[in-house]
Amino acid sequence: MSEALNQKSPGFDSSDHENEIITLNMGPSHPATHGVLRLVLELDGEIVRSCRPDLGYLHRGFEKIAENKTWQQFMAWTDRMDYLAPISNNVGYALAVEKLLGIDVPPRCKDLRVILCELSRISAHMLWLGTHALDLGAMTVFFYTYQQREMLYDLFEEITGARLTTTTVRIGGMARDASPEWLKKVGEFLDRFVPVLDDCERLLTRNRIWMGRTQDVGVLSAEDAVAMGCTGPVLRGSGVEWDLRRAQPYLSYPDYDFEIPVGSIGDCYDRYLVRVEEMRQSVRIVRQGLEHIPEGALNADAPKVVLPPKEKVLSSMEGLIHHFMILTEGIHPPQGEVYHGIEGAKGEIGFFLASDGGPSAYRCRLRTGAFVNLQAIEKMVLGSMIADVVTIVGSLDPVMGEVDR
Amino acid sequence: MNEFDQDARFAKMWDQGESLALLRTAFDQLEIQVVEFRGEQTLIVAPEALLDVLAFLRDDGGCDFDFLTDVTALHWPGREKPFEMVYQLYSFSRNKRLRLKCAVGVDPVVPSVSPLWPTANWLERECYDMFGVQFEGHPNLRRILMPADYEGWPLRKEFPLKSFSSD
Repeated sequence: MSEALNQKSPGFDSSDHENEIITLNMGPSHPATHGVLRLVLELDGEIVRSCRPDLGYLHRGFEKIAENKTWQQFMAWTDRMDYLAPISNNVGYALAVEKLLGIDVPPRCKDLRVILCELSRISAHMLWLGTHALDLGAMTVFFYTYQQREMLYDLFEEITGARLTTTTVRIGGMARDASPEWLKKVGEFLDRFVPVLDDCERLLTRNRIWMGRTQDVGVLSAEDAVAMGCTGPVLRGSGVEWDLRRAQPYLSYPDYDFEIPVGSIGDCYDRYLVRVEEMRQSVRIVRQGLEHIPEGALNADAPKVVLPPKEKVLSSMEGLIHHFMILTEGIHPPQGEVYHGIEGAKGEIGFFLASDGGPSAYRCRLRTGAFVNLQAIEKMVLGSMIADVVTIVGSLDPVMGEVDR
Repeated sequence: MNEFDQDARFAKMWDQGESLALLRTAFDQLEIQVVEFRGEQTLIVAPEALLDVLAFLRDDGGCDFDFLTDVTALHWPGREKPFEMVYQLYSFSRNKRLRLKCAVGVDPVVPSVSPLWPTANWLERECYDMFGVQFEGHPNLRRILMPADYEGWPLRKEFPLKSFSSD
Protein backbone atom coordinates (compact mmCIF):
# COMPACT_ATOMS: atom_id res chain seq x y z
CA MET A 1 0.00 0.00 0.00
CA SER A 2 2.70 2.48 0.98
CA GLU A 3 4.77 1.57 -2.08
CA ALA A 4 1.80 2.30 -4.33
CA LEU A 5 1.34 5.60 -2.59
CA ASN A 6 5.00 6.49 -3.06
CA GLN A 7 4.84 5.73 -6.76
CA LYS A 8 1.80 7.92 -7.23
CA SER A 9 3.15 10.92 -5.38
CA PRO A 10 6.80 11.49 -6.06
CA GLY A 11 8.67 13.23 -3.30
CA PHE A 12 6.35 11.82 -0.63
CA ASP A 13 7.70 9.00 1.45
CA SER A 14 5.00 7.71 3.77
CA SER A 15 7.51 5.65 5.72
CA ASP A 16 8.64 8.95 7.27
CA HIS A 17 5.26 9.11 8.99
CA GLU A 18 5.13 5.61 10.34
CA ASN A 19 4.37 5.51 14.07
CA GLU A 20 4.19 9.26 14.12
CA ILE A 21 2.04 10.52 16.98
CA ILE A 22 -0.06 13.58 16.30
CA THR A 23 -1.43 15.66 19.16
CA LEU A 24 -4.97 16.83 18.57
CA ASN A 25 -6.70 19.40 20.68
CA MET A 26 -10.44 18.75 20.92
CA GLY A 27 -12.38 21.51 22.61
CA PRO A 28 -12.92 23.44 24.85
CA SER A 29 -15.49 24.79 22.42
CA HIS A 30 -16.26 21.85 20.24
CA PRO A 31 -19.83 21.04 19.24
CA ALA A 32 -19.50 17.39 20.27
CA THR A 33 -18.06 17.89 23.74
CA HIS A 34 -21.34 19.21 25.20
CA GLY A 35 -19.91 22.20 26.95
CA VAL A 36 -16.43 23.38 27.64
CA LEU A 37 -14.60 20.07 27.88
CA ARG A 38 -11.12 19.98 26.41
CA LEU A 39 -9.52 16.71 25.45
CA VAL A 40 -5.89 16.54 24.38
CA LEU A 41 -5.62 13.42 22.23
CA GLU A 42 -2.53 11.71 20.95
CA LEU A 43 -3.25 9.97 17.71
CA ASP A 44 -1.47 7.30 15.75
CA GLY A 45 -3.28 7.71 12.46
CA GLU A 46 -6.91 7.53 13.53
CA ILE A 47 -6.24 5.52 16.65
CA VAL A 48 -6.24 7.20 20.04
CA ARG A 49 -3.09 6.43 22.00
CA SER A 50 -3.70 8.71 24.94
CA CYS A 51 -6.32 11.13 26.17
CA ARG A 52 -5.83 13.91 28.68
CA PRO A 53 -8.99 15.73 29.76
CA ASP A 54 -8.52 19.36 30.75
CA LEU A 55 -11.27 20.67 33.00
CA GLY A 56 -12.13 23.82 34.81
CA TYR A 57 -13.36 26.09 32.02
CA LEU A 58 -16.71 26.36 33.79
CA HIS A 59 -15.36 26.40 37.33
CA ARG A 60 -17.25 29.00 39.35
CA GLY A 61 -16.15 28.09 42.86
CA PHE A 62 -19.52 26.91 44.18
CA GLU A 63 -17.98 25.30 47.25
CA LYS A 64 -16.41 28.64 48.21
CA ILE A 65 -19.61 30.54 47.49
CA ALA A 66 -21.55 28.15 49.75
CA GLU A 67 -19.38 29.24 52.67
CA ASN A 68 -20.34 32.85 52.04
CA LYS A 69 -24.10 32.55 51.48
CA THR A 70 -26.86 31.54 53.84
CA TRP A 71 -28.08 27.95 53.67
CA GLN A 72 -31.17 28.88 51.69
CA GLN A 73 -29.40 31.35 49.39
CA PHE A 74 -27.06 28.63 48.16
CA MET A 75 -30.07 26.78 46.71
CA ALA A 76 -29.87 29.08 43.70
CA TRP A 77 -26.33 27.88 42.91
CA THR A 78 -27.27 24.22 42.97
CA ASP A 79 -29.46 24.88 39.92
CA ARG A 80 -26.36 25.71 37.99
CA MET A 81 -24.59 22.41 38.66
CA ASP A 82 -26.46 19.98 36.46
CA TYR A 83 -28.45 22.69 34.75
CA LEU A 84 -30.38 20.13 32.73
CA ALA A 85 -31.98 18.68 35.86
CA PRO A 86 -31.91 21.63 38.27
CA ILE A 87 -34.72 20.38 40.49
CA SER A 88 -32.83 17.17 41.33
CA ASN A 89 -29.93 19.26 42.58
CA ASN A 90 -32.27 21.49 44.59
CA VAL A 91 -33.87 18.45 46.17
CA GLY A 92 -30.52 16.82 46.95
CA TYR A 93 -29.25 19.94 48.67
CA ALA A 94 -32.49 20.49 50.56
CA LEU A 95 -32.47 16.88 51.78
CA ALA A 96 -28.89 17.24 53.02
CA VAL A 97 -29.69 20.43 54.94
CA GLU A 98 -32.90 18.88 56.29
CA LYS A 99 -30.87 15.91 57.49
CA LEU A 100 -28.48 18.30 59.22
CA LEU A 101 -31.42 20.11 60.84
CA GLY A 102 -33.18 16.88 61.75
CA ILE A 103 -36.46 17.83 60.07
CA ASP A 104 -38.63 15.92 57.64
CA VAL A 105 -41.05 17.22 55.02
CA PRO A 106 -44.75 16.21 54.82
CA PRO A 107 -45.91 13.42 52.44
CA ARG A 108 -47.33 15.83 49.86
CA CYS A 109 -43.97 17.57 49.55
CA LYS A 110 -42.18 14.23 49.18
CA ASP A 111 -44.42 13.11 46.35
CA LEU A 112 -44.25 16.46 44.62
CA ARG A 113 -40.46 16.40 44.84
CA VAL A 114 -40.41 12.87 43.41
CA ILE A 115 -42.60 13.96 40.49
CA LEU A 116 -40.38 16.96 39.79
CA CYS A 117 -37.16 14.95 40.11
CA GLU A 118 -38.39 12.35 37.66
CA LEU A 119 -39.60 14.99 35.20
CA SER A 120 -36.11 16.53 35.45
CA ARG A 121 -34.57 13.16 34.74
CA ILE A 122 -36.75 12.80 31.63
CA SER A 123 -35.76 16.31 30.55
CA ALA A 124 -32.04 15.64 31.08
CA HIS A 125 -32.13 12.28 29.33
CA MET A 126 -34.12 13.71 26.42
CA LEU A 127 -31.47 16.37 25.89
CA TRP A 128 -28.79 13.70 26.08
CA LEU A 129 -30.64 11.51 23.56
CA GLY A 130 -31.12 14.36 21.09
CA THR A 131 -27.55 15.64 21.21
CA HIS A 132 -25.99 12.18 21.30
CA ALA A 133 -27.94 11.20 18.19
CA LEU A 134 -27.04 14.50 16.55
CA ASP A 135 -23.35 13.88 17.23
CA LEU A 136 -23.64 10.54 15.48
CA GLY A 137 -25.46 12.00 12.50
CA ALA A 138 -29.08 11.17 13.32
CA MET A 139 -30.59 14.62 13.19
CA THR A 140 -34.32 13.85 13.32
CA VAL A 141 -34.22 12.60 16.90
CA PHE A 142 -32.90 15.96 18.05
CA PHE A 143 -36.08 17.75 16.91
CA TYR A 144 -38.34 15.15 18.49
CA THR A 145 -36.59 15.34 21.85
CA TYR A 146 -36.34 19.13 21.89
CA GLN A 147 -40.03 19.50 21.20
CA GLN A 148 -40.78 17.34 24.24
CA ARG A 149 -38.32 19.27 26.39
CA GLU A 150 -40.06 22.47 25.40
CA MET A 151 -43.31 21.09 26.81
CA LEU A 152 -41.49 20.01 29.95
CA TYR A 153 -40.03 23.48 30.34
CA ASP A 154 -43.55 24.90 30.08
CA LEU A 155 -44.56 22.63 32.94
CA PHE A 156 -41.54 23.66 35.01
CA GLU A 157 -42.21 27.31 34.28
CA GLU A 158 -45.78 27.00 35.44
CA ILE A 159 -44.89 25.54 38.83
CA THR A 160 -41.53 27.18 39.53
CA GLY A 161 -41.70 30.45 37.60
CA ALA A 162 -38.52 29.69 35.68
CA ARG A 163 -37.63 27.41 32.84
CA LEU A 164 -34.02 26.55 33.57
CA THR A 165 -32.86 27.88 36.93
CA THR A 166 -35.81 26.85 39.02
CA THR A 167 -34.65 27.27 42.67
CA THR A 168 -38.11 26.04 43.58
CA VAL A 169 -37.20 23.86 46.54
CA ARG A 170 -36.98 25.40 50.00
CA ILE A 171 -35.28 23.91 53.01
CA GLY A 172 -38.21 22.16 54.68
CA GLY A 173 -40.62 22.41 51.77
CA MET A 174 -41.32 23.95 48.39
CA ALA A 175 -41.78 27.50 47.20
CA ARG A 176 -45.13 26.74 45.55
CA ASP A 177 -47.71 24.02 45.67
CA ALA A 178 -48.90 22.15 42.61
CA SER A 179 -52.41 22.99 41.47
CA PRO A 180 -54.80 20.19 40.40
CA GLU A 181 -54.66 21.65 36.86
CA TRP A 182 -50.88 21.38 36.80
CA LEU A 183 -50.98 17.75 37.92
CA LYS A 184 -53.52 17.06 35.18
CA LYS A 185 -51.23 18.69 32.63
CA VAL A 186 -48.35 16.48 33.75
CA GLY A 187 -50.53 13.43 33.08
CA GLU A 188 -51.42 14.77 29.64
CA PHE A 189 -47.75 15.41 28.90
CA LEU A 190 -46.88 11.80 29.75
CA ASP A 191 -49.59 10.56 27.38
CA ARG A 192 -48.05 12.58 24.55
CA PHE A 193 -44.47 11.83 25.55
CA VAL A 194 -44.47 8.03 25.49
CA PRO A 195 -45.37 7.73 21.76
CA VAL A 196 -42.57 10.19 20.91
CA LEU A 197 -40.09 8.13 22.91
CA ASP A 198 -41.32 5.09 20.96
CA ASP A 199 -40.65 6.99 17.75
CA CYS A 200 -37.12 7.86 18.85
CA GLU A 201 -36.49 4.23 19.70
CA ARG A 202 -37.86 3.14 16.32
CA LEU A 203 -35.38 5.50 14.69
CA LEU A 204 -32.39 4.25 16.68
CA THR A 205 -32.60 1.01 18.61
CA ARG A 206 -32.54 -1.37 15.63
CA ASN A 207 -30.94 1.14 13.27
CA ARG A 208 -28.00 -0.49 11.51
CA ILE A 209 -25.85 2.66 11.58
CA TRP A 210 -26.67 3.47 15.20
CA MET A 211 -25.81 -0.05 16.28
CA GLY A 212 -22.60 0.06 14.24
CA ARG A 213 -21.54 3.33 15.83
CA THR A 214 -22.34 2.40 19.43
CA GLN A 215 -22.02 -1.36 19.88
CA ASP A 216 -18.68 -2.53 21.29
CA VAL A 217 -17.55 1.08 21.45
CA GLY A 218 -16.19 2.47 24.72
CA VAL A 219 -16.61 -0.75 26.65
CA LEU A 220 -16.35 -0.26 30.42
CA SER A 221 -16.36 -3.42 32.49
CA ALA A 222 -18.28 -3.59 35.76
CA GLU A 223 -15.03 -3.89 37.77
CA ASP A 224 -13.55 -0.83 36.07
CA ALA A 225 -16.75 1.14 36.53
CA VAL A 226 -16.74 0.45 40.27
CA ALA A 227 -13.00 1.13 40.58
CA MET A 228 -13.35 4.43 38.72
CA GLY A 229 -16.22 5.45 41.00
CA CYS A 230 -18.81 5.60 38.23
CA THR A 231 -22.43 5.95 39.26
CA GLY A 232 -25.76 6.45 37.55
CA PRO A 233 -26.47 5.21 34.02
CA VAL A 234 -22.75 4.66 33.35
CA LEU A 235 -22.47 2.17 36.21
CA ARG A 236 -25.78 0.52 35.34
CA GLY A 237 -24.81 0.33 31.67
CA SER A 238 -21.86 -1.78 32.79
CA GLY A 239 -24.24 -4.23 34.42
CA VAL A 240 -24.18 -3.16 38.08
CA GLU A 241 -27.72 -2.98 39.37
CA TRP A 242 -27.33 -0.07 41.75
CA ASP A 243 -29.57 2.92 42.08
CA LEU A 244 -29.64 5.16 45.14
CA ARG A 245 -33.42 5.46 44.82
CA ARG A 246 -33.56 1.77 45.69
CA ALA A 247 -30.32 1.14 47.65
CA GLN A 248 -30.51 4.12 50.00
CA PRO A 249 -33.99 5.46 49.38
CA TYR A 250 -34.95 9.04 50.12
CA LEU A 251 -38.23 10.98 49.80
CA SER A 252 -41.11 8.55 49.19
CA TYR A 253 -39.28 6.30 46.70
CA PRO A 254 -39.90 3.13 48.77
CA ASP A 255 -43.62 3.53 47.95
CA TYR A 256 -43.01 3.49 44.21
CA ASP A 257 -42.89 0.53 41.94
CA PHE A 258 -40.15 0.80 39.32
CA GLU A 259 -37.39 -1.24 37.80
CA ILE A 260 -33.67 -0.57 37.49
CA PRO A 261 -32.49 -1.22 33.93
CA VAL A 262 -28.96 -2.58 33.54
CA GLY A 263 -26.72 -3.23 30.55
CA SER A 264 -24.65 -6.30 29.90
CA ILE A 265 -21.23 -5.44 28.45
CA GLY A 266 -21.00 -1.72 29.18
CA ASP A 267 -20.64 -0.31 25.68
CA CYS A 268 -22.20 2.91 24.40
CA TYR A 269 -25.23 0.98 23.14
CA ASP A 270 -25.89 -0.42 26.62
CA ARG A 271 -25.73 3.03 28.14
CA TYR A 272 -28.15 4.22 25.46
CA LEU A 273 -30.60 1.42 26.26
CA VAL A 274 -30.30 2.05 29.98
CA ARG A 275 -31.10 5.75 29.67
CA VAL A 276 -34.05 5.17 27.36
CA GLU A 277 -35.48 2.58 29.75
CA GLU A 278 -34.87 4.94 32.67
CA MET A 279 -37.12 7.47 30.98
CA ARG A 280 -39.86 4.84 30.72
CA GLN A 281 -39.41 3.99 34.39
CA SER A 282 -39.53 7.70 35.25
CA VAL A 283 -42.86 7.90 33.40
CA ARG A 284 -44.10 5.02 35.56
CA ILE A 285 -42.95 6.77 38.73
CA VAL A 286 -44.56 10.09 37.79
CA ARG A 287 -47.85 8.33 36.94
CA GLN A 288 -47.84 6.66 40.36
CA GLY A 289 -46.96 9.95 41.99
CA LEU A 290 -49.88 11.70 40.29
CA GLU A 291 -52.19 8.99 41.59
CA HIS A 292 -51.15 8.96 45.21
CA ILE A 293 -49.98 12.49 45.91
CA PRO A 294 -51.93 13.29 49.09
CA GLU A 295 -53.62 16.53 50.03
CA GLY A 296 -52.28 18.35 53.04
CA ALA A 297 -49.46 20.53 54.21
CA LEU A 298 -46.58 21.16 51.86
CA ASN A 299 -44.01 22.58 54.25
CA ALA A 300 -42.51 21.08 57.36
CA ASP A 301 -43.77 22.30 60.70
CA ALA A 302 -40.49 23.99 61.60
CA PRO A 303 -41.10 27.69 62.20
CA LYS A 304 -37.43 28.54 62.65
CA VAL A 305 -36.57 27.06 59.26
CA VAL A 306 -39.54 27.43 56.94
CA LEU A 307 -40.87 30.86 56.06
CA PRO A 308 -44.39 31.38 57.44
CA PRO A 309 -47.24 32.01 54.97
CA LYS A 310 -47.74 35.66 54.10
CA GLU A 311 -51.01 36.04 56.01
CA LYS A 312 -49.29 34.85 59.20
CA VAL A 313 -46.56 37.44 58.68
CA LEU A 314 -49.16 40.17 58.39
CA SER A 315 -51.38 39.01 61.25
CA SER A 316 -49.24 37.40 63.96
CA MET A 317 -46.25 38.51 65.96
CA GLU A 318 -44.51 35.11 65.76
CA GLY A 319 -45.00 35.01 62.02
CA LEU A 320 -43.44 38.44 61.62
CA ILE A 321 -40.47 37.61 63.86
CA HIS A 322 -39.77 34.29 62.15
CA HIS A 323 -40.06 35.85 58.71
CA PHE A 324 -37.65 38.62 59.71
CA MET A 325 -35.15 36.32 61.41
CA ILE A 326 -35.06 33.73 58.62
CA LEU A 327 -34.57 36.38 55.98
CA THR A 328 -32.01 38.52 57.80
CA GLU A 329 -30.02 35.95 59.79
CA GLY A 330 -30.84 32.72 58.02
CA ILE A 331 -31.27 29.41 59.73
CA HIS A 332 -28.87 27.94 62.28
CA PRO A 333 -28.43 24.17 61.98
CA PRO A 334 -26.65 22.40 64.85
CA GLN A 335 -22.92 21.76 64.70
CA GLY A 336 -22.09 18.60 62.85
CA GLU A 337 -21.37 16.96 59.54
CA VAL A 338 -23.69 15.03 57.26
CA TYR A 339 -23.46 13.40 53.85
CA HIS A 340 -26.50 12.85 51.70
CA GLY A 341 -26.46 11.41 48.21
CA ILE A 342 -29.29 11.27 45.70
CA GLU A 343 -29.62 9.63 42.31
CA GLY A 344 -29.25 12.51 39.88
CA ALA A 345 -29.65 12.20 36.13
CA LYS A 346 -25.89 11.72 35.71
CA GLY A 347 -25.11 9.71 38.82
CA GLU A 348 -24.76 10.17 42.53
CA ILE A 349 -24.98 13.81 43.59
CA GLY A 350 -23.63 13.91 47.11
CA PHE A 351 -23.65 16.85 49.49
CA PHE A 352 -21.21 16.73 52.38
CA LEU A 353 -22.13 19.56 54.70
CA ALA A 354 -20.19 20.72 57.72
CA SER A 355 -21.90 23.18 60.02
CA ASP A 356 -20.37 25.20 62.84
CA GLY A 357 -23.81 26.31 63.94
CA GLY A 358 -23.66 29.46 61.87
CA PRO A 359 -26.03 30.83 59.23
CA SER A 360 -23.96 29.49 56.33
CA ALA A 361 -22.15 26.24 55.60
CA TYR A 362 -18.72 25.84 57.12
CA ARG A 363 -17.98 23.54 54.23
CA CYS A 364 -20.25 22.37 51.42
CA ARG A 365 -18.65 19.64 49.36
CA LEU A 366 -20.38 18.84 46.09
CA ARG A 367 -19.63 15.32 44.89
CA THR A 368 -21.12 15.08 41.44
CA GLY A 369 -21.70 12.09 39.22
CA ALA A 370 -20.58 13.75 36.01
CA PHE A 371 -17.16 14.72 37.41
CA VAL A 372 -16.31 11.26 38.66
CA ASN A 373 -17.81 9.47 35.65
CA LEU A 374 -15.78 11.60 33.26
CA GLN A 375 -12.61 10.21 34.79
CA ALA A 376 -13.32 6.89 33.09
CA ILE A 377 -12.88 8.49 29.65
CA GLU A 378 -9.07 8.26 29.73
CA LYS A 379 -9.38 4.50 29.85
CA MET A 380 -12.40 4.12 27.56
CA VAL A 381 -11.00 5.91 24.52
CA LEU A 382 -7.61 4.16 24.50
CA GLY A 383 -7.16 2.25 21.26
CA SER A 384 -10.44 3.42 19.77
CA MET A 385 -10.90 5.41 16.56
CA ILE A 386 -11.05 9.18 16.79
CA ALA A 387 -14.68 9.22 15.59
CA ASP A 388 -15.56 7.00 18.55
CA VAL A 389 -14.29 9.62 20.98
CA VAL A 390 -17.40 11.64 20.14
CA THR A 391 -19.61 8.61 20.83
CA ILE A 392 -17.87 7.86 24.12
CA VAL A 393 -18.02 11.45 25.38
CA GLY A 394 -21.70 11.53 24.47
CA SER A 395 -22.44 8.24 26.20
CA LEU A 396 -20.81 9.45 29.43
CA ASP A 397 -23.18 12.42 29.30
CA PRO A 398 -20.99 14.99 31.02
CA VAL A 399 -22.60 18.31 31.86
CA MET A 400 -19.75 20.68 32.44
CA GLY A 401 -21.70 22.73 34.96
CA GLU A 402 -21.73 19.65 37.15
CA VAL A 403 -18.18 18.60 36.33
CA ASP A 404 -16.53 21.94 37.06
CA ARG A 405 -19.00 23.38 39.58
CA MET B 1 -41.80 11.86 61.94
CA ASN B 2 -39.72 13.36 64.74
CA GLU B 3 -36.03 14.03 64.73
CA PHE B 4 -35.09 10.71 66.33
CA ASP B 5 -37.13 8.49 63.99
CA GLN B 6 -35.47 10.31 61.16
CA ASP B 7 -32.00 9.63 62.56
CA ALA B 8 -32.88 5.95 62.99
CA ARG B 9 -33.87 5.82 59.32
CA PHE B 10 -30.47 7.21 58.27
CA ALA B 11 -28.67 4.91 60.69
CA LYS B 12 -29.85 1.89 58.66
CA MET B 13 -27.84 3.18 55.70
CA TRP B 14 -24.63 3.65 57.69
CA ASP B 15 -22.17 1.33 59.31
CA GLN B 16 -23.06 1.20 63.01
CA GLY B 17 -19.86 -0.07 64.56
CA GLU B 18 -19.48 -3.38 62.71
CA SER B 19 -16.35 -2.17 60.94
CA LEU B 20 -15.17 -0.37 64.06
CA ALA B 21 -15.18 -3.65 66.00
CA LEU B 22 -13.23 -5.40 63.24
CA LEU B 23 -10.76 -2.51 63.07
CA ARG B 24 -10.22 -2.57 66.83
CA THR B 25 -9.43 -6.28 66.64
CA ALA B 26 -7.05 -5.93 63.74
CA PHE B 27 -5.30 -2.75 64.95
CA ASP B 28 -5.24 -3.20 68.71
CA GLN B 29 -2.67 -0.43 69.28
CA LEU B 30 -4.49 2.15 67.16
CA GLU B 31 -6.49 4.93 68.72
CA ILE B 32 -9.79 5.35 66.90
CA GLN B 33 -12.04 8.26 67.72
CA VAL B 34 -15.73 7.80 66.91
CA VAL B 35 -18.22 10.57 66.13
CA GLU B 36 -21.90 9.85 65.66
CA PHE B 37 -24.35 12.39 64.29
CA ARG B 38 -27.71 11.89 62.52
CA GLY B 39 -27.11 8.16 62.31
CA GLU B 40 -23.80 8.62 60.50
CA GLN B 41 -20.67 7.12 61.92
CA THR B 42 -17.33 8.85 61.46
CA LEU B 43 -14.04 7.24 62.48
CA ILE B 44 -11.01 9.42 63.07
CA VAL B 45 -7.55 7.87 62.90
CA ALA B 46 -3.96 9.12 62.84
CA PRO B 47 -2.51 9.89 59.37
CA GLU B 48 0.27 7.30 59.84
CA ALA B 49 -2.34 4.54 59.99
CA LEU B 50 -4.58 5.99 57.25
CA LEU B 51 -3.49 3.82 54.35
CA ASP B 52 -3.47 0.59 56.38
CA VAL B 53 -6.90 1.31 57.81
CA LEU B 54 -8.38 2.15 54.41
CA ALA B 55 -6.83 -0.95 52.86
CA PHE B 56 -8.29 -3.03 55.69
CA LEU B 57 -11.73 -1.46 55.26
CA ARG B 58 -11.62 -2.23 51.56
CA ASP B 59 -10.27 -5.78 51.73
CA ASP B 60 -11.74 -7.25 54.89
CA GLY B 61 -14.81 -9.32 54.08
CA GLY B 62 -16.73 -7.97 57.04
CA CYS B 63 -16.17 -4.35 55.99
CA ASP B 64 -16.02 -4.70 52.21
CA PHE B 65 -15.96 -0.99 51.37
CA ASP B 66 -15.29 -1.50 47.67
CA PHE B 67 -16.48 1.93 46.57
CA LEU B 68 -14.85 5.25 47.36
CA THR B 69 -17.55 7.88 47.03
CA ASP B 70 -15.57 10.98 47.80
CA VAL B 71 -12.30 12.43 49.03
CA THR B 72 -12.23 15.93 50.38
CA ALA B 73 -10.78 18.05 53.16
CA LEU B 74 -11.85 20.48 55.84
CA HIS B 75 -9.83 23.48 56.95
CA TRP B 76 -9.97 24.51 60.61
CA PRO B 77 -7.50 27.36 61.11
CA GLY B 78 -6.43 27.76 64.72
CA ARG B 79 -6.38 24.06 65.46
CA GLU B 80 -3.09 22.38 66.13
CA LYS B 81 -3.69 20.20 63.09
CA PRO B 82 -5.70 22.52 60.85
CA PHE B 83 -6.58 20.11 58.04
CA GLU B 84 -8.92 17.17 58.14
CA MET B 85 -9.04 14.62 55.35
CA VAL B 86 -12.50 13.16 54.71
CA TYR B 87 -13.08 9.83 52.94
CA GLN B 88 -16.64 8.73 52.22
CA LEU B 89 -16.79 4.98 51.77
CA TYR B 90 -19.59 2.79 50.50
CA SER B 91 -20.02 -0.96 50.41
CA PHE B 92 -22.16 -2.44 47.62
CA SER B 93 -22.52 -5.82 49.30
CA ARG B 94 -23.52 -4.42 52.71
CA ASN B 95 -25.21 -1.27 51.41
CA LYS B 96 -23.59 0.80 54.14
CA ARG B 97 -21.69 4.04 54.21
CA LEU B 98 -18.85 5.01 56.50
CA ARG B 99 -16.80 8.18 56.86
CA LEU B 100 -13.15 8.09 57.76
CA LYS B 101 -11.27 11.21 58.76
CA CYS B 102 -7.75 12.06 59.79
CA ALA B 103 -6.29 15.33 61.03
CA VAL B 104 -3.08 16.62 59.46
CA GLY B 105 -0.91 19.59 60.31
CA VAL B 106 0.16 22.75 58.49
CA ASP B 107 1.61 21.89 55.04
CA PRO B 108 -0.59 18.82 54.87
CA VAL B 109 0.86 15.62 53.44
CA VAL B 110 -1.09 12.36 53.30
CA PRO B 111 -0.55 9.12 51.36
CA SER B 112 -2.56 8.84 48.15
CA VAL B 113 -5.30 6.23 48.13
CA SER B 114 -5.35 5.99 44.33
CA PRO B 115 -3.57 2.60 44.45
CA LEU B 116 -6.56 1.32 46.42
CA TRP B 117 -9.31 3.06 44.46
CA PRO B 118 -8.36 4.49 41.03
CA THR B 119 -11.25 6.95 41.35
CA ALA B 120 -9.21 8.82 43.97
CA ASN B 121 -7.00 10.15 41.18
CA TRP B 122 -9.21 13.10 40.23
CA LEU B 123 -10.75 13.49 43.68
CA GLU B 124 -7.30 13.93 45.21
CA ARG B 125 -6.24 16.26 42.43
CA GLU B 126 -9.23 18.44 43.23
CA CYS B 127 -8.36 18.33 46.92
CA TYR B 128 -4.78 19.35 46.11
CA ASP B 129 -6.07 22.08 43.82
CA MET B 130 -8.40 23.57 46.44
CA PHE B 131 -6.55 22.97 49.73
CA GLY B 132 -2.92 22.37 48.77
CA VAL B 133 -2.89 18.91 50.33
CA GLN B 134 0.07 16.90 49.03
CA PHE B 135 -0.74 13.29 48.21
CA GLU B 136 2.32 11.08 48.40
CA GLY B 137 2.45 8.48 45.67
CA HIS B 138 -0.21 10.14 43.51
CA PRO B 139 0.48 9.37 39.83
CA ASN B 140 -0.35 12.82 38.48
CA LEU B 141 -0.72 15.46 41.16
CA ARG B 142 -1.56 18.59 39.13
CA ARG B 143 -4.27 21.23 39.43
CA ILE B 144 -7.51 20.10 37.85
CA LEU B 145 -10.09 22.89 38.01
CA MET B 146 -7.94 25.99 38.50
CA PRO B 147 -5.43 27.04 35.82
CA ALA B 148 -2.04 25.32 35.99
CA ASP B 149 -0.22 28.56 36.87
CA TYR B 150 -2.69 29.62 39.57
CA GLU B 151 -1.28 30.60 42.94
CA GLY B 152 -3.05 30.02 46.23
CA TRP B 153 -5.46 27.43 47.63
CA PRO B 154 -9.01 28.70 47.12
CA LEU B 155 -10.88 26.65 49.71
CA ARG B 156 -8.57 27.48 52.60
CA LYS B 157 -10.33 29.77 55.03
CA GLU B 158 -7.78 32.59 54.70
CA PHE B 159 -8.44 32.78 50.95
CA PRO B 160 -10.91 35.63 50.32
CA LEU B 161 -14.13 35.13 48.36
CA LYS B 162 -12.92 37.63 45.83
CA SER B 163 -9.57 36.49 44.50
CA PHE B 164 -6.20 38.01 45.43
CA SER B 165 -5.73 39.30 41.91
CA SER B 166 -8.29 40.59 39.46
CA ASP B 167 -7.13 38.56 36.46
